[in-house]
Amino acid sequence: MKLTGAQIFFECLKAEGVDTIFGFPGGAVIDIYDEMPKHDIRHVLVRHEQGAAHMADGYARATGRVGVCLVTSGPGATNTVTGIATAYMDSIPIVIFTGQVPTSLIGNDAFQEVDIIGISRPCTKHNYLVKDIADLARIIREAFYLARSGRPGPVLVDLPKDVINAKTEFKYPKKVSLPGYRPTYEAHLGQIKRAYAAIAKAKKPVIYAGGGVIASSCARELKRLAETLRCPVTTTLMGLGGFPAPHDLWLGMLGMHGTFRANMAVANTDLLIAIGARFDDRVTGKLDEFAPRAKIIHIDIDPTSISKNVRVDIPIVGDCKDALRKLLHVLDENRLEGLDATRKPWLEQIQKWKETYPLAYEQSDHEIKPQYVVEKLYELSEGKAIITTEVGQNQMWAAQYYHFSEPRTLLTSGGLGTMGYGFPAAIGAQIAFPDRLVIDIAGDGSIQMCIQELITAVENNLPVKVAILNNQYLGMVRQWQELFYNKHYCGTCIKAAPDFVKLAEAYGALGLRATKPSEVEAVIREAFATPKTVFMDFVVNPEEGVYPMVPAGKAMTEMLLV
Amino acid sequence: MKHILGVLVENQPGVLSRVAGLFSGRGFNIESLTVAETLDPKISRITLVTRGNEQIMEQIIKQLNKLINVIKVIDFCDIDFVEREMALIKVKAEASTRAEVLRIVDIFRGKVVDVSPHTYSVEVTGDEKKIEAILDLLGHLGIVEVVRTGKAAIARSKKH
Repeated sequence: MKLTGAQIFFECLKAEGVDTIFGFPGGAVIDIYDEMPKHDIRHVLVRHEQGAAHMADGYARATGRVGVCLVTSGPGATNTVTGIATAYMDSIPIVIFTGQVPTSLIGNDAFQEVDIIGISRPCTKHNYLVKDIADLARIIREAFYLARSGRPGPVLVDLPKDVINAKTEFKYPKKVSLPGYRPTYEAHLGQIKRAYAAIAKAKKPVIYAGGGVIASSCARELKRLAETLRCPVTTTLMGLGGFPAPHDLWLGMLGMHGTFRANMAVANTDLLIAIGARFDDRVTGKLDEFAPRAKIIHIDIDPTSISKNVRVDIPIVGDCKDALRKLLHVLDENRLEGLDATRKPWLEQIQKWKETYPLAYEQSDHEIKPQYVVEKLYELSEGKAIITTEVGQNQMWAAQYYHFSEPRTLLTSGGLGTMGYGFPAAIGAQIAFPDRLVIDIAGDGSIQMCIQELITAVENNLPVKVAILNNQYLGMVRQWQELFYNKHYCGTCIKAAPDFVKLAEAYGALGLRATKPSEVEAVIREAFATPKTVFMDFVVNPEEGVYPMVPAGKAMTEMLLV
Repeated sequence: MKHILGVLVENQPGVLSRVAGLFSGRGFNIESLTVAETLDPKISRITLVTRGNEQIMEQIIKQLNKLINVIKVIDFCDIDFVEREMALIKVKAEASTRAEVLRIVDIFRGKVVDVSPHTYSVEVTGDEKKIEAILDLLGHLGIVEVVRTGKAAIARSKKH
């Protein structure tokens, strides 16, 4: 029996196990929407297509599965670009379906036509324009395969209206054949042995783990490696949750707003074991002075990440999980004796750094400190919430003061730094996990970037909690202006803001406000106890900064501590 | 340092723009680029000349390999190879200089492919130095227009 393109679309989604689409209709995809009610799939109607891409991304980060969004041609497609670029920078598997004008009109500047393939080329792992219905099922199969395999990433499929309406026999390909795409999963044993030899010699090793540890689900192997080697662990922002924060080998995050001890440990290490991390400039600071005395082992599935920014001594291309398992196996077979004694001076040094400059803030009794709000959220959620963040100070305070212990509990835009990410991502995560506590830690600036999705949360009865750290500034830029631009606060004062409590109420959500430290706990408790969407407006000290801080381009040891 | 890369790609619309876009998007430069179908119509071959230190070349090659439609990348720097490019040169040829143009073309084993009362159009193939040399010589006689193909390269086979 012949099926239409729209029917094939849903058959493919079913074959891929997709249960939810985040989308927004339009002329080019109206036939897919017409077909939708006949299929067992949940459609979440967003209010702006950027939200759809971020929700699919949040859904993917929280579950480890591929997130899916569906939008129309032209502006529908272009509105997703920020969300696609966000997912691309953080290697998140999403598939974006965009409508397109009929093939006969492509290139004619038709109504709502845009070359989304050209536009999204630099920010997708791959993209497709389906020109023939005969290719549709194969392309969708390939899109999902590419999105989730190797180094994951977003894949876009552009669907012209006539292809959606054409008919053909449906056959879902069992195998994918892509001659140019052969990701290396298996780590090379010879390199693993070289890594072992370096590890055996090291006196002051540090493990530096990134988002790859979460993507390849190897947090358990990472913990075993650290414990076997008695080796301290730091992670990037993307790696938070990949190693339990309460662990005695935990250094905290490294980099621009990393802990003193993490940055000092990396600066003094003789062996840096990088796992699924890519030496981002926010982590390394001045490259010449990053881990200057260290041999570097780098495990990554993406060969382009290796030796891109720093020279690597022992490159290991492969899936982090496979590499760690092999390394653990070699370590089990060839036990390193006397590690406790060898590590003692190193771990004592780290303990000293920890005691000298711990993460700290002072909470007075008249003004709320944003860090205090985050710590209270941590305490009252018992560290069990899924946290999303916006971008800026709120994001860094979340990273520093919500102590992540499980993978996939922090969803944050690390690479692109997308303000407006956190709220739609929280909606995506809450849809995946209706019974879990999902909190977006937001700033008053960032929350306004995708605030229209509030009605999406309310319409779907999602109990997402949004904690707005309201300092009436675009705080991170204000902090840079304070430190490096003679307090020239140009464009960063956002005192003109909506009343977030009334705004929440206008949308049918609950709005709560705390202006004094003594009110913080009560507001959080009430929010957690309310089974609906809640905005918590915490009026915090407007001048608070994120510390420690390494000025851009400086060495990681050149930290501003307060 | 100059590198000639042979890039085998799937013969599909948009692939060239992915390759070119990779270069522009990452701030690498392309000095010359030729592309045509191979014996297998599903596969095209791009010959590309670029420049960079060891670290940049490593990135370029890895990034090219990362493109889904790229099947293979060969850096001719590592192997013995033959390279050629072709130039079509329209050169002034008045009564007093026509014989001289023909002599030069003959020395370079070029071919006259079009004649007019005032010009010859000449086809010449060779490596970059040879093309530069004939352009230099004909330049004295007055070149009207030059079209160069960019390089094509192929690895030398083992002799025994």
